Amino acid sequence: MALRASDLIVGQVFEQVVVDDLKRTQLVMYAGASGDFHPFHSDEVFAQAAGSPAGVFGHGMFTMAVTGRVLTDAVGDGRLVSYTARFVGQVWPGDTLIARATVVAVHRRAPDALVDLEIQTVNRAGDLVLAGSAVARAD
Amino acid sequence: MKTFRFPVEAGQILQFARAIGDPNPAYVDPESDAATNAGGVLAPPTFTQAADHYEPGYIRRPEPGTPWFGSGREPISATQGAFNAEGGSGFHAEQSFEYHRPVRPGQVLTVDVKAGRTWQKDGRRGGKLTFSEIVQEFRDEAGALVVTATFVGVTTERRVG
Repeated sequence: MALRASDLIVGQVFEQVVVDDLKRTQLVMYAGASGDFHPFHSDEVFAQAAGSPAGVFGHGMFTMAVTGRVLTDAVGDGRLVSYTARFVGQVWPGDTLIARATVVAVHRRAPDALVDLEIQTVNRAGDLVLAGSAVARAD
Repeated sequence: MKTFRFPVEAGQILQFARAIGDPNPAYVDPESDAATNAGGVLAPPTFTQAADHYEPGYIRRPEPGTPWFGSGREPISATQGAFNAEGGSGFHAEQSFEYHRPVRPGQVLTVDVKAGRTWQKDGRRGGKLTFSEIVQEFRDEAGALVVTATFVGVTTERRVG
């Protein structure tokens, strides 16, 4: 999919549900795939004993990984120049996450263009869990 | 700080794409239009995190012969390693990636891990907050930079949460 700068408008929003009713199984899959086996993210018994009475919660990098989908679906594969995220809220089993990327600037340069995106991921209650930014190449 | 090798495998990309719930065929199917348009199968944007599997002594992975702090007979089996029992606690505050070239199956990347900047801020609940960066540079077999990943961790003086 070719991303064309001429198709992008400042203020345009790309939004999608990237996790629907997060299952503990998905956190286990992420632990296995990423190699981060911290028991806070998969071991309910440990988590409750170690200061998280509500149990396991998602890796910050899990939230960043699932949020990445709104970027790649919007700009296409292999077009990201940078992607930065701050982890501002915890993600719990049962959460639904909505990731939003907003076009904040389009910089034309020959022969292509750079697009600045602002990123926010919120849960169903509207609480911000991730705030970030990205830059992508456009034709 | 340290250097290690990270072989990029198709099966690990598949597992990572499944774990993040992304059905994009560009991550798994070399014959898909998506992969063709991307110049071949490639990895999702945060895939380089999976290099943790190859990092020697990575603290968030159980190692044979080393006590693991997850639950077993006891809810917390050991008070060492990534579980900081000294009162303070550490969090992953921020992460950034710079992309120079696509990550593709078959590459054997070299990962150089370096300490980045460190700074302090006064926090509300946990006392003084110390932020520190760890920078990972991923290079291909030709030595070209593929991805630069920067981890920003924060530690608090007093345990919170």
